[in-house]
Amino acid sequence: MGRSGIAIVNCGLGNIGSVANALEWLQEPYFLADGVTDLNDASGIILPGVGAFSAAMQRLGDSGLLDELRNQIYGRHKPVLGICIGMQILARTSEEGGLHSGLGWLDASVVKLQPGDALRVPHVGWNNVSTVRPSRLFKGIDNGAHFYFDHSYRFVCDSSFVTSVCDYGGAFNASIESGNIFATQFHPEKSQRNGLKLLRNFGAICREYR
Amino acid sequence: MLKTRLIAVVVIKGEVAVQSYEFKRYLPIGDPRVVVDYLNRWGVDEIVLLDIDATRGSRRPNFELLKACAHLCHVPVAFGGGIASLDDVSAAIYSGADKVVINSAALRLPSVVSDGALRFGNQSIIAAIDARSCGQGRYEAFGHSGTIPAACSPTELAKKFEASGAGEVLVTSIDRDGSKRGYDLELVTQIQSAVSLPVIACGGVGHPTHFLDAARIRVSGLAAANFFNHSEHSVLVAKRYLSAAGASVRLDHDAEKDRDRFDELGRTDKKEDPYLDSLYIERFVEEVI
Repeated sequence: MGRSGIAIVNCGLGNIGSVANALEWLQEPYFLADGVTDLNDASGIILPGVGAFSAAMQRLGDSGLLDELRNQIYGRHKPVLGICIGMQILARTSEEGGLHSGLGWLDASVVKLQPGDALRVPHVGWNNVSTVRPSRLFKGIDNGAHFYFDHSYRFVCDSSFVTSVCDYGGAFNASIESGNIFATQFHPEKSQRNGLKLLRNFGAICREYR
Repeated sequence: MLKTRLIAVVVIKGEVAVQSYEFKRYLPIGDPRVVVDYLNRWGVDEIVLLDIDATRGSRRPNFELLKACAHLCHVPVAFGGGIASLDDVSAAIYSGADKVVINSAALRLPSVVSDGALRFGNQSIIAAIDARSCGQGRYEAFGHSGTIPAACSPTELAKKFEASGAGEVLVTSIDRDGSKRGYDLELVTQIQSAVSLPVIACGGVGHPTHFLDAARIRVSGLAAANFFNHSEHSVLVAKRYLSAAGASVRLDHDAEKDRDRFDELGRTDKKEDPYLDSLYIERFVEEVI
């Protein structure tokens, strides 16, 4: 009998505390997927985002959850939200720390953010997110709302997946959506009210799935 | 457009949040969890918790207090003070810190920065440089809360930190700490020129105009410790001041965006009587998320 609620997949990617705190504040049932192999009763999955790409891929592989995640996300179409590095690992490849393979669940690649000389990297702080097509994840959130970013690489994919963009020396993809797969480059768990609203919306998406 | 961050530094001595003066004198403020809770509500952009007892080596970093404070925060929390090994970095991150501030340890053991960056990403490591002026535009860097001279200058240190994989640099003027004379902009500018990383200025803010001076030289973050504990809604007041002056800050607050006037101490002045007479009580319904 598996645990129920939203599964936070902690593969040693770093701080899952902030995501857990946010869900607790929202009173959305969740559990940490540490040492869990059965995600059948999870209502949804969050892949939280601190860590270097190759370390994250390594640990996800070591966690033994990879097959179960594929099964839940591809087989059972469970909603999944990737955050920051959790978004980037969905791609086929990343340039961070050399060329590495990601999960390849989306036809995308991760490349270095090169905003131009006047702007520093990492892109760190609060920036405006502009929605480019309607998304259930942004329900009730103003267009141009501020979210917290902290990254040196960006997610490149076909525009049909892109739900919002952000400007830092040019536009880059701030969030994507493809069926039951959602992902944000920014950190909703660190973005105060806007972030809490987004996580509430993800909670609603997970409840609809059930 | 990326906004300039207003960052509150909460200096912790024992279990108490304190005001800090030139890294020498400390006056108690109160429970760090209450301080963090208010800062979060007032719309601060980021919080840095500095455990100065741990910095001085008198004990291990207070990860329990970090956990309690991080629990109340929906903004990024950085933790520093006595972070001396990769294990410490891990412990801080798993206790709820989004970033770790490394200062003294990096002077003795530069691999702490590079190992931490490799495991948790560059963006998880803030390299902190504390410096005193030697006059004529020269500065000396110190570790251990200003007590032990570093072997190199602040700019050399900044370059080493960048090469080791730090994501940001936090530069604090020890002389200006608690002085209310404003940031040491010469020091900040030197660090900005030395690295391509985002730079956070700290030390000396007494009036919102000091934030403005640093915003104009395009620092990434405007940090202050004592300042945010001097008055209620200090964060919002500072942001409104900056916004009115044309600086680019995040102002997502429901409070009316009226132009404030400030006294010489940087506190909001009383509004004119006719204006106060014209106010009526309006029911504000808090949005439920």
